[in-house]
Amino acid sequence: MKNTISERVADFLKNFPPFNLLIKKELQSLSQEVVIVYQEKNSTIFNEDTTPHTIFYIVHKGAVALRKTTNNEIIDICDEGDIFGLRPLMANENYKLEAKAHEETILYGIPLDAFKPYAKKNEAVSTFLMESFASNTRNPYSKSHKGKLYGNETVDTINPEVKLLDLQPVKYSKKIISCSEDTPVKKVAQIMTKNRIGSILILKDDLPIGIVTDKDLRNKIITGKHPITSTASAIMSSPVITYPKNLTVTQAQMAMMKSSISHLCLTQDGTVNTKAVGILSKHDVMVSLGDNPAVLVKAIKRTTKYKQIKPIRKSIMHLLQGYLDENIPMGLISKIISELNDACIKQVITISLKKMKVPPPTEFAWMAIGSQGRGEQMLHTDQDNFLVFNDVPESDLPKVTKYFLKLAKHVTKGLHTIGYEYCPAEMMASNPKWCLSLQEWKNMISHWIINPGPDEILMSSIFFDYSISYGNRDLVNTLSDHIFDTTKKYPLFLLHLANGALQNPSPSGFFRSFLVEQDGQHKDFFDLKSRALMPLVDAARVLILSHSVKSISNTWERYEKLAEIEPNNSEIYLACSYATKALLKFRTKQGLLHHDSGRFIALDKLSKEEKIKLKRTFKTVKEIQELITVRYNVNNLLR
Amino acid sequence: MWFKSKKKYPEYWNRYESLFKEETPQDISKIRFVVFDTETTGFSVISDRILCIGALSLENNKIQVHNSFEVYVKQNVYKEESAKIHGILNNSKKNLISEEESVIQFLAYLGNAVIIAHHAMFDINMFNQALGRLGLPELKNKYLDTSTLYKKTQLKSNLLKKQDFYTLDELTDKFDISKEDRHTALGDAYITAIAFLKILTELKKKKTVTLKVLLK
Repeated sequence: MKNTISERVADFLKNFPPFNLLIKKELQSLSQEVVIVYQEKNSTIFNEDTTPHTIFYIVHKGAVALRKTTNNEIIDICDEGDIFGLRPLMANENYKLEAKAHEETILYGIPLDAFKPYAKKNEAVSTFLMESFASNTRNPYSKSHKGKLYGNETVDTINPEVKLLDLQPVKYSKKIISCSEDTPVKKVAQIMTKNRIGSILILKDDLPIGIVTDKDLRNKIITGKHPITSTASAIMSSPVITYPKNLTVTQAQMAMMKSSISHLCLTQDGTVNTKAVGILSKHDVMVSLGDNPAVLVKAIKRTTKYKQIKPIRKSIMHLLQGYLDENIPMGLISKIISELNDACIKQVITISLKKMKVPPPTEFAWMAIGSQGRGEQMLHTDQDNFLVFNDVPESDLPKVTKYFLKLAKHVTKGLHTIGYEYCPAEMMASNPKWCLSLQEWKNMISHWIINPGPDEILMSSIFFDYSISYGNRDLVNTLSDHIFDTTKKYPLFLLHLANGALQNPSPSGFFRSFLVEQDGQHKDFFDLKSRALMPLVDAARVLILSHSVKSISNTWERYEKLAEIEPNNSEIYLACSYATKALLKFRTKQGLLHHDSGRFIALDKLSKEEKIKLKRTFKTVKEIQELITVRYNVNNLLR
Repeated sequence: MWFKSKKKYPEYWNRYESLFKEETPQDISKIRFVVFDTETTGFSVISDRILCIGALSLENNKIQVHNSFEVYVKQNVYKEESAKIHGILNNSKKNLISEEESVIQFLAYLGNAVIIAHHAMFDINMFNQALGRLGLPELKNKYLDTSTLYKKTQLKSNLLKKQDFYTLDELTDKFDISKEDRHTALGDAYITAIAFLKILTELKKKKTVTLKVLLK
């Protein structure tokens, strides 16, 4: 019997092959047989070399990683709408790969017995299955087709994303921006600017007859060769060089080099006599080639929906892994990755602003706090942020606050969509407590500094590591000045902050052995964040605040600055700077390896060398804590 | 022989009741949960009536689509205000069944499963009233309420102001669950089920979760 849920399942399935080939009635009855399976992140769906389940799977939400257990290399990541686990089931053989939830995932399990009759009856469905098995790929029609091998025996350890470039069909933009040959060039330029594109197709009777690129405008109009009153036909390159749409990346590159052009027009049959189906720019090819920061930033800026940013974030993670493998200095890595993450956040805010019907009523600044504010967030973790807007007349305050809260809700949701979890303590601008006017922030900060109880110190330690992600810098400067002025007036605050910095649990015990967690999910794991990284971060904050140094929020940069200000202590500060970088690198590597935040470390998995490296940083932690204890006379404080 | 006179109940109730001789397992993955939701004519347990019952069963993180439950109930009470929310017009649906028939079917479906519902007490009380009208005792099932269960996942911190309970809409926002089919009984039951699974995942990060922990 069909019901609300089976209808929803059918609604989803109809968008993806081979289910899109079924007629409505077939799809409805198939949907009733579906099993909905919830998988926690990193949980196993099936193991390699086990008997197949009676069902195969389609990803509804989330992502599933298919791996070869022998080398733990990811062969493929299945996203929404991708099918897996079908071939072994059809061929009646064991699973060739292991499937694990790469994120929290909801799967639709489809019983083979229920599906088989349709596959037999419907020729298109069986052709699809044949093709997908024969070509050895997951899904020959899929847009996100990456040409990766599915369960092939000869898979080696090279990253599959890069390996099969030659065979990868190139991704091109299907949204064709065009105009007619009698369009004035001024108008042509306006259309291109509006759509942020570098080339425009000139169509006549729906067929491509020419192309105008940025270069044409520069060489033919600005040079004065043709007057600004000319029409597109005067400056377009014609005829258009056309190619069929199923071009591979390598073919596209070759084509561009051969004719030394930067844009290809793709048509239905590859000739100028059929309709144009897409435009391929050099940029598109570069994106397919992937992992290059400049290309990624460009790709981020081109997005118009939150969802489009998510795959780019995956590329950023690839880049990070690559940098770590090549042993590039951590300071440099973190700069690039933070820059990229920052670009993503900026873009989310830009998109959110477009969702608001009216522009912001006054200036504002979106601030990242915590590890993100310090530029130390390499992996996808929680989002922590706040919003400050310029003071407005009191009568307008409720209305203005409402506007920014709504904006903040869009932004935090967007950030969640691209992979930042919501902050469990709700330290987000969407929380009315953290979306305030400049004056309200000043009052709040004064309150924390004047009444430094444990909660206030905790707040200060989170909020005082901020950096601007978007908006007006003056607001931030005013806020920083306020912090320094108030701190100078109430020096007792620094003492309490210093005390707070010493509250982290100790990393090692009496015999220099690691201290591990006593209970919970991470029992017997070492908490790298709170036992090693945070003491360094907290100490840097107190010290830099006491010197009133503005706009350095990164921990190792803070230590480098401190070494400059206090030359007599430069040795220990530089050691701290080094230790912070080392620990962060360690955490990032662990996080990438286990696909988590990298905070908790399984000690038995570490090599001897790694353990020694870790322990060396503990010595630095102890030294800087002693310096703080002595300098601020923390022992005099009643605890 | 001396015996307490026992009220005689219909066969379907006795069958339902007899299932509770078995003890519920503690291991979450072995428990059959029934996630359910009702659409009603209003919020008064006494004067309002159930228009629709939607339920699905959840076992070891799996939901069988064909094994879900959705019935529309014929009622004489009708209120326009509530129709605006759930869109069920006065006896407009086909396949309407009597309240007694809906009770018989739902008891058979529910069995001794652990109930999960959002604001569980409301839906359970509504159903208990329907049982009462048939001269039957109240439901015997253990139940979990996602509107308060969510609080267990939150940080223990002075900085976080907790609400007494959370609405289903708040949970869909926090967990990023699609709001499609919101305000249909089965649709809400599905959303509640996903919210429950996500709550469970969060709780597992903190400690081993058994039924006892959840019921606490």
